[in-house]
Amino acid sequence: MAKLKVALYWAASCGGCEIATLAIGDKILKLAEVADIVFWPVGLDFKYADVEKMADNSIDACLFNGAIRTSENEHMAKLLRAKSKIMIAYGSCSYEGCIPGLSNFYNRQTTFERAYIETPTTDNPEKILPQTKVKVPEGELELPEFYDTVKTLGQTVDVDYIVPGCPPEEKTTWLALEALITGKLPPKGTVISHSVKAVCDECPRKKEEKKIKKFYRPYEIVPEPERCLLEQGLLCYGVATRGGCGALCPQANMPCTGCYGPVEGVIDQGAHFLSALSSIIDSNDPEEIQKIIDDIPDPAGTFYRYSLPDSLLRRV
Amino acid sequence: MPQITQRICGVCPEAHHMASTKALDDLFHVEPTSAAKKLRELLYSSFYVTDHTTHFYILAGPDFVMGPDAPPAERNILGVIAKVGLELGGAVIKTRHDNHWVIQTIGGRPIHPCFGLPGGVSRAINEEERAKIEEIAKSSVEFGKLSLKVFDDIVLKNKEYLDMVLSDTFTHRTYYMGLVDENNKVNFYDGKVRVVDPEGKEFIKYAPRDYVKHLAEHVEPWTYLKFPYLKKVGWKGFVDGKDSGVYRATPLSRLNAADGMATPLAQEEYERMYSTLGGKPAHYTLATHWARLIELLYAAERMVELVQDPEITSTDIRIIPTAKPDEGVGIVEAPRGTLTHHYITDERGVIKKCNLIVGTTNNYAAFYMSVKKAAEDLIKPGKKITEGLLNRIEMAWRPYDLCLACATHSLPGQLPLEVTIYDAKGNEIKRLSQGIE
Repeated sequence: MAKLKVALYWAASCGGCEIATLAIGDKILKLAEVADIVFWPVGLDFKYADVEKMADNSIDACLFNGAIRTSENEHMAKLLRAKSKIMIAYGSCSYEGCIPGLSNFYNRQTTFERAYIETPTTDNPEKILPQTKVKVPEGELELPEFYDTVKTLGQTVDVDYIVPGCPPEEKTTWLALEALITGKLPPKGTVISHSVKAVCDECPRKKEEKKIKKFYRPYEIVPEPERCLLEQGLLCYGVATRGGCGALCPQANMPCTGCYGPVEGVIDQGAHFLSALSSIIDSNDPEEIQKIIDDIPDPAGTFYRYSLPDSLLRRV
Repeated sequence: MPQITQRICGVCPEAHHMASTKALDDLFHVEPTSAAKKLRELLYSSFYVTDHTTHFYILAGPDFVMGPDAPPAERNILGVIAKVGLELGGAVIKTRHDNHWVIQTIGGRPIHPCFGLPGGVSRAINEEERAKIEEIAKSSVEFGKLSLKVFDDIVLKNKEYLDMVLSDTFTHRTYYMGLVDENNKVNFYDGKVRVVDPEGKEFIKYAPRDYVKHLAEHVEPWTYLKFPYLKKVGWKGFVDGKDSGVYRATPLSRLNAADGMATPLAQEEYERMYSTLGGKPAHYTLATHWARLIELLYAAERMVELVQDPEITSTDIRIIPTAKPDEGVGIVEAPRGTLTHHYITDERGVIKKCNLIVGTTNNYAAFYMSVKKAAEDLIKPGKKITEGLLNRIEMAWRPYDLCLACATHSLPGQLPLEVTIYDAKGNEIKRLSQGIE
């Protein structure tokens, strides 16, 4: 059997997905037996020009991580889509926009003004901002355009599968790679994870009745070791988040922050969490309800931490 | 913030997580318990072992192990494994895998940990976990020693490579920055930032809160990344020497800026390196790889010290902050340079302003200088221009272990490079490029 041709690419991402790919440990050698990696800017010394020379659909699968933040990201997404039979949105940035997507609460101008003019260490009396084309004595220098709005991969090109997580856990990555290697591929559009249900389903903490009088931030209390964190007033996102990670954060006494994205069938993860919360607030008095909700200091940033570009809001 | 800021860099999330957590300690005016600090440093040392391993074997090693002229398809980690043997290749994979387990055990997750809180950490470790970490720490020390031997055999015993390391092509005389403990020994997790001048004399030493007094950042229109420099010396452009505010913050810089290493085996290697390189400070950019391996050994030795500390399994790991939050600065040594996080909040502790100077950014000016010098020295009239030559120019910046996504905060990911060679009349004679359409 001919070896599979696999490409890996990063766009607007942190590199954690690259490390997550390496985190499959010695299984990487198993992968090397059955697949040739034909493009991987972080690990292998192939260039963009090498991809351009490839025939359309000549790559069997592309694992694309990172959101679409610049014109370069968009160009590479379209190029790799054309060259690949299967396009996989790998990780939360390409799937939902993730942390880079939080900048959709702002725009290019406010981001640039903060970064290049305002910060206390910046020395820029002439208020110079980065330009896409700059003439220097040696010629013209170009930069990719920095877009006003961060988009997901799925808003840019057609995506076949999604691997969730920030970053995907080792076992989630391997589940996707195994499907590729064996050719036993799920239906198009599948979010590849060990669970279609919520993180709560795999969390060992004891759940009783959820009735909340007060929300706390993680630094304000030491939670009881075995009881559900949400019941203790911590904003644990597990109830609105797809499982498959093994509920790692709650087991480290920290609330789930929602990085595996929405549970099966839910479009807007933030709205889902909000509706779950509203059903457990222990009060019928509007004033008291308001007071309880006021304990959540940054609701938009909290509920849409990973999913703003992919939410119904997309940007603010 | 510890969980958000680390997601601008998944290669060194632990560094952002730690700088951020320390900034929160400062911001909430809370001193973590002694056991919490030790757990943080234990995780951080384990992270250094994995990160320096990744850089040396996967990112930089292929140049030396395979040679700068090897074809691109072989100049990578799989090529390295094929050449050095599966045994060492296996040790590389095992060291990374084991230390990711340590990071997950202490930090809650293998990548993007979640344990840092102002005043402490979220989870203690038990004796069973401690014993396993001790085993991994000890084997990491052996791996550190082995890696220095590999460097000896492949680089130091090969005259061609050693000459390249010591050549003027890969040399710049700059200021050097690094975090030091109270004895001026290298420390990754805590201490004061010390800067030495190109002669090796202490120039400044500052506590985190004073960083604004000492650093400023220059802006150019052709890049998304800024150029930090020493405020007292000033921005004089892309030049080295004592009159230029350009400084470097790399593994070699940290060793240059300190008086030594705090653990015995690393100290021996530190002395051996400087005696081979002809004294301190060393200005040879390619020696950064050597310094990185000495740091790897130090990190592993420090792991052993911390994991054998009786307090490491203490459950006294949290102090609940009670003071009103306002402003905080946290500094750690990220593998790629000194990392500064600075936040200002409202009285509810909601961030209103944030400023970060991240590892790679520190070295951005020096990186351009290194590439320019290598290109000027290597491209000569009548000399054949090859892929190997292009790679030698790349070798001028690889020691900086660039992480540009992190440094620009804009996450474009990859560094494009184009070498255009003109003849004396300005006619283009050859163009080599990567990452450019």
